[in-house]
Amino acid sequence: MLDQTIDLDRTFQALADQSRRTMVERLTLGPASVSELAAPLAMSLAAVLQHVQVLESCGLVKTQKVGRTRTCRIERAAMSAAEQWITDRRRGWEARLDRLGDVLNEVAATEERP
Amino acid sequence: MTQRSVAHDTFVIERSYDAPVTQVFGAWADPTLKARWFVGSAEALGAGYDLDFRVGGREAFRGGSPGGTVHTYESRFHDIVPEQRIVYTYEMYADEARISVSVATVEFQSVGAVTRLVLTEQGVFLDGHDTAAQREEGTRTFLESLAASLSGDAS
Repeated sequence: MLDQTIDLDRTFQALADQSRRTMVERLTLGPASVSELAAPLAMSLAAVLQHVQVLESCGLVKTQKVGRTRTCRIERAAMSAAEQWITDRRRGWEARLDRLGDVLNEVAATEERP
Repeated sequence: MTQRSVAHDTFVIERSYDAPVTQVFGAWADPTLKARWFVGSAEALGAGYDLDFRVGGREAFRGGSPGGTVHTYESRFHDIVPEQRIVYTYEMYADEARISVSVATVEFQSVGAVTRLVLTEQGVFLDGHDTAAQREEGTRTFLESLAASLSGDAS
């Protein structure tokens, strides 16, 4: 699993829209129907559905239709765990390599002292 | 139950230091110097941190807040070309759970008085279950480095 590459371009494109961000924020709280997502937004259900399709196409959201209700959920839990790991690992290294620079400066300062 | 999963990734970080390559490489080879920047304290040497810098040699670090998750790092050096490169593999554990296995390559390049360092890490992240501990570790490292930069004292 998780062999697909993270399509950051499409993800950021999808998140560049305020309405879609509002929808994603709502979905981080738990699954919701399209009409629930539409509730705080001043737009038609059809427009909301289009936004949902954008979020779905970049893999941020997964939807499932049961009867007449389409339920949306965030579909990135496993992926964001991996992303989180990479981010943390990288950040850890950034901090360490900063400290390496500080140590090198201190060593140089000590050697310059008479 | 542990949900099994794997995720692979690679990242590259480049840095330039105003120091000759002998010094930059030396900071990776000398246990006291390396403890100062790798762990953040020279006192960690022999007290949680150990470094045996030679091909086949090992490096280890155990740490964590009292009563919290114990983070263990264990590495082995596979290739050392003085002042040119270091290749090592390492495992990370959160308590007993193996959370990742990585290959790290550090390349050193002398450019006049400046040393360019390129660190490449290729890793496999296992089971993805311990992101909370990872996040805590990442945040801690970040806050420590922030505190150090604000106080102007990173030793």
